[in-house]
Amino acid sequence: MIKKTGNLNKNKVISRRLFVLVAAKIGLLGIISTRLYNLQISEKKKYEVLSDKNRIREWKTPPQRGIITDYFNNVIADNQRVYQVHLSLEEVSNFNNSIFKIKNIISLKEDEIKKIYENKEKSKPWDTLIISENLSWQEFSKLNLYLHELEGAKPVLSTSRYYPYSNDLVHVVGYVGDATTKDIQNKKKIEENFVPGLKVGKIGIENSKDTDLIGDHGTKRYEVNASGKKISEISYNKETQGKNLRTTIDLEIQQLAQELLKNQAGSICVMDIYTGEVIAMASSPTYDPNKFTHGISTKDWNEIKNNKLRPLINKSLAGLYSPGSTIKPLVALAALEYGIIDTKFKVNCKGHDHPYELYGERYHCWKKNGHGLMSMRNAIKQSCDIYFYEVARLLGVDKLSLIAKRYGLGSKVLEDFFSEEKKGIVPSTKWKKQVLEQSWYLGETVITGIGQGYIQTTPLQLCLMTAQLANGGYKIKPNLIYDKEIDLDKIKSKIESEKNKSVSQNILKDQEFKHYERLYRNPNNLKVVLDAMYGSTNEQFGTSFRSRHKENKYKFAGKTGTSQVKRITDQDRELDLDLEEIEYKSRDHALFIAFAPYDKPRYSLSVLIEHGGSGSKAAAPLASKLIKKILDRHELREKIRKDLKNIV
Amino acid sequence: MILSTSLNSNSYSFIDKLKAVDYFLIIIVATIGLISIFSIYSTESGNFSFYTKNHLIRFLVFFSMFLVLSFVRVSAWYKQAYIFYILGIVLLLLVIFFGISASGSKRWINLFIMNLQPSELMKIAIIVCFARYYHRIHSSDIQSYKYLLQPIILLLIPCYLVITQPDLGTAILIAGSGLAIIWLAGLNLKYFIYSGLILLVSLPFIISILKPYQKSRILTFFNPERDPLGAGYQIIQSKIAIGSGGLLGKGFLQGTQSYLEFLPEKHTDFIFTLFSEEFGFVGSMVLILLYALLIYRIIRIGSSSRSFFAKLYCFGFASALFLYIFVNIAMVVGLLPIVGAPLPIMSYGGSSMLSIMLGLSIVMSCKIYSRDSIGS
Repeated sequence: MIKKTGNLNKNKVISRRLFVLVAAKIGLLGIISTRLYNLQISEKKKYEVLSDKNRIREWKTPPQRGIITDYFNNVIADNQRVYQVHLSLEEVSNFNNSIFKIKNIISLKEDEIKKIYENKEKSKPWDTLIISENLSWQEFSKLNLYLHELEGAKPVLSTSRYYPYSNDLVHVVGYVGDATTKDIQNKKKIEENFVPGLKVGKIGIENSKDTDLIGDHGTKRYEVNASGKKISEISYNKETQGKNLRTTIDLEIQQLAQELLKNQAGSICVMDIYTGEVIAMASSPTYDPNKFTHGISTKDWNEIKNNKLRPLINKSLAGLYSPGSTIKPLVALAALEYGIIDTKFKVNCKGHDHPYELYGERYHCWKKNGHGLMSMRNAIKQSCDIYFYEVARLLGVDKLSLIAKRYGLGSKVLEDFFSEEKKGIVPSTKWKKQVLEQSWYLGETVITGIGQGYIQTTPLQLCLMTAQLANGGYKIKPNLIYDKEIDLDKIKSKIESEKNKSVSQNILKDQEFKHYERLYRNPNNLKVVLDAMYGSTNEQFGTSFRSRHKENKYKFAGKTGTSQVKRITDQDRELDLDLEEIEYKSRDHALFIAFAPYDKPRYSLSVLIEHGGSGSKAAAPLASKLIKKILDRHELREKIRKDLKNIV
Repeated sequence: MILSTSLNSNSYSFIDKLKAVDYFLIIIVATIGLISIFSIYSTESGNFSFYTKNHLIRFLVFFSMFLVLSFVRVSAWYKQAYIFYILGIVLLLLVIFFGISASGSKRWINLFIMNLQPSELMKIAIIVCFARYYHRIHSSDIQSYKYLLQPIILLLIPCYLVITQPDLGTAILIAGSGLAIIWLAGLNLKYFIYSGLILLVSLPFIISILKPYQKSRILTFFNPERDPLGAGYQIIQSKIAIGSGGLLGKGFLQGTQSYLEFLPEKHTDFIFTLFSEEFGFVGSMVLILLYALLIYRIIRIGSSSRSFFAKLYCFGFASALFLYIFVNIAMVVGLLPIVGAPLPIMSYGGSSMLSIMLGLSIVMSCKIYSRDSIGS
C-alpha cells in the first residue's frame, strides 16, 4: 500500500516536473524562432548586403586618357601600346622569391625594386602589382617564355602616354606621372577613378585638364571565396576613355619657335589678336616629357635640374622680366589718352654728355651720341629713352600703371589654367606703399617709362599686350584649348559695334572690362602708336629695320626691347663692351614684340632671349622668320576654323 | 546472446512487437536523416564525395542499428545500466592514455573502423545510469543527503574527464542531461536554486581556470566585433549566412556563404547555418518542427511506459535531445557562445550519430516493452 501510494506520488512528481520541462522547452523554442525571424525576416536586407560584401569583390580597370591634338588635329599627346608585367599578389606564395625570379629575366634597377616593395606595402592582398610598366619587346617575349616558372606574373598589353613631339611641346602639354597621395586628395576625379598605375597630369594641359582627360574607370565584379580567390566574373562595367582635346597650338609654328630658341634660354609666344588663341608658346630649353611617364631616372632628373638654363621653368608664363623698351608704345598711348602730351610734343636727346637729370640723378639714353630732337613717332621708332623719361615724368606712374594693367600686364593671362603662371608686377605708388611700405620716388617713375625698375612682365603678357594694341584696343580672352564659343565672326562684329560706341572721360578711370570691350578713349591715339611701331620695323633708323620683310604680305610692325639685368654704371658706359665680353649672367635680356601683317593685323607675338643682348640683334630676327611662317599658314588655319565651325 | 533472448521473450510475440513499434518516430528520424544527407552533400558543393559518402554510410549503419537494438528488452538496458556507465568512464580514461589529438584537444580513441568519441557515448550512458539510479529510490528519500551526493559524484566524474579533454560543450550537455533527470526525479527545487547561486558566485573563478580559447569564445560571444577575423569570425559569418537566407533561402546548393567557404565547420557544428541559408526561415522552422515532433514522440512513449526507468529515461533523453538541439541552434544564431556542440543526426560525426541512434533504440525498446515493469 505504502509502495503503491509512493509510486503514485512519484508518478505525480515526474509528471509535474516534466510539465515544467516541456514548458521551458516551448519557451526556448520560442526564443530560437524569434531569433530566426529577426535574422531572416526583419534584418534580411542587412545580412544580404553583408553576404554580398563577402562574396563580391570589385576590381577597377584603368581608363584611357583622352588624346590631345593641335589645332590641325596632329596628335601631340597619344596613348601608345606598352608591354608590362603585373604580379597578382593572391597567387604569389613567396613574394621575395617571385621578385628575384623576375629580376633575373627582365632588368630591374635597385630603385625600381625599392619602389615595388613600397607599392606592395600599400596594396591589399588581392591587388595586382605593376612590376614593370614599360618592357622592351625582347624582355616581354623572354618573360613569356619563362612564364610557367613565375607564379602570379602576368604579361599585360597596356597603353601609356606618349608624346610624339617630345621636347617641342612639353611647356604647353606637360606630362603625366603616377598619382601621389596629394593628387588623390586634391582632385575628386582622381580619387574616384584611382587604380594602381593610374597616370595623372603633373603640369601643363595634362594637369589643368586632368578632369576631362582621365576618363572613367571600369569595374569588374567577381565572386570570390573566403581566401579571396576569384571564382567567376559577375559583371564588367567597361571603362570609358577621357575626352579628347584640341588645343589652339599650331604644331609647325610651335616647332619652328622651339627651333629658333635652340641652345638659348628664352620664350616665343604667338597669339591670334582677335580670338586670343595661343598659337605657339615656346620656352627654351626644353626636356623630354616621355621620360616622366614611367618615373624619371635620377640621372635624367639631375641633368634637367642642374641645367643652368633652367629647362623646368616655363619662361613664357613663369619667367619674369623687365619689359624694357617694349613698354614704350604703351607709355606713349597712356600719355596721349590722358591728354598729357600731343603727337607734336618733342624732347631733345643730347647724348651721354648731357643726360636727363632729375633731383641730381642722371638718366642716360642707350645711344651714346643722342637722338637729337625727338617727336613721339621717332621716339618709339628709334626707342629714345630720354623722350620716355620725360613723358613718364609728366604722365605719372599711377596713370601708366592703370593703362598697363588694362592692356594685360600685371595679371595672369590664362587665369588659373596653369598653376605656375606668374602675375608679374605693375608698380604704382599704392603698390609700393602696400608691398614695400615705402613712398614712391619720381626717379622710379622715370625708369618705369622705359620698362625698367620694379616692373616685371611675362613674355605671354607682352604678347597679349601687343595683341590688344594691334586689334585696335579691345580686350580678348586668351585660350589654349579650342573652344567653339570663341567665334571669330562674333568677336569681329562685337568689336565693330564697340568701335562706334561713344565713351566718356570715365573710360580712363580704373575699371573692369569685359571681353571684347573697347579699352581706349580715342582711336587715333592707338593709330599713332601702331604707326610708330610700323616705322620701327620698316623705316630706316627703326630699331628692327634689319629684320623687316620687304614683301608686302609679310610686312609687320614691332618694338624691340633690351631689359637690363643690372644697373649700368658710368664705367660700363665708358667701356661699352661687346656682348661676348660680358659675363653671361650680366648680359641684357633681348625682347621683341610684333604684330602682323601690318595692314590687316591678325597675329601678335613676343620674343624673349635671356641674356641675349639687344632686342634688335637677338630677338627681332627670330620674330621675322617666325612671322613668315605664321602668315604662310594663315589660310590653312582659317580653313580649319571654318571646318570646325561647321561641325555641329 | 542478449539479442536472441530478448527476441524470444515469452510475453511478447514477434507480431506484437512489430505492432508496438512507433513507426512515426522512425519516419521522423529517417526524414531528418535524409535532410542531413542532402545538407552534407551541399557542404561539398554538390559533389558526392568524402563527407557525403561517409555520412550516408554512417547514417545507414547506425539507423539499422537503431532498428535492430530497438528489440533489445528494456530490462536488459536496465540491468546493464551501471556497466554502461562504467564502460563510458573507462573509455574516457582510455582517451587520456591512448587518445587521438586534433586541433588542441584529445577526444577520440581509434577503434580502427571509426574514431570513437567516448564523451558522446557518455551523454547516453549518464541518462541510462541515472534512470536506473532513480528508478528504485522512493520519492521521500530523494531529498536525503546520501541520495543527493551519490548522483552528483556520478555526474561530476565524467564531466571532469570531458572538460579536461578539453571539451566544454559536451561536458555541459552531459551535465545538462544528468541534471534533467535529477530534476524529473523530484529533487527539491531549492537545491537547484542554491547550486545556481553557487555557480553564479563561483563564475569568476571558473572563468579564470578556462583555457584562453574558451575565454576568448565567451568574450567574443558578447561582442563578436571584438575580433572579426579571429574568434568572432564564426559567429559573424554564421549570422550573415542565416540572415541572408531570408524567408525561403538561397536554394539548394546555392548557399554562397558555404560554398565560397566563408562558413567554418559547416559539416559539423554549423550544419544548421548552411541549411538555414539555403532553405530560409521556412526551411529552418520545418526542421525545428521535425525535431519538436521527435521530442514529442519520445515524451509520449515515456508517458505510456509503466516503469519509472522507462519514464525517466525517455523524459531524460527527450530533454537531453532538446538541450543538444537548443544549444547548437542558439550557438549558430548567436544566442549562446560557440562551445562546440553538434546538431543531432544533422551534423557530420560518427560518435554523435552512434549515441543518438543508441539513445533512440532504448526509447523504442521502452515503447515495444512498455508493459514491462522492471525489477520491483
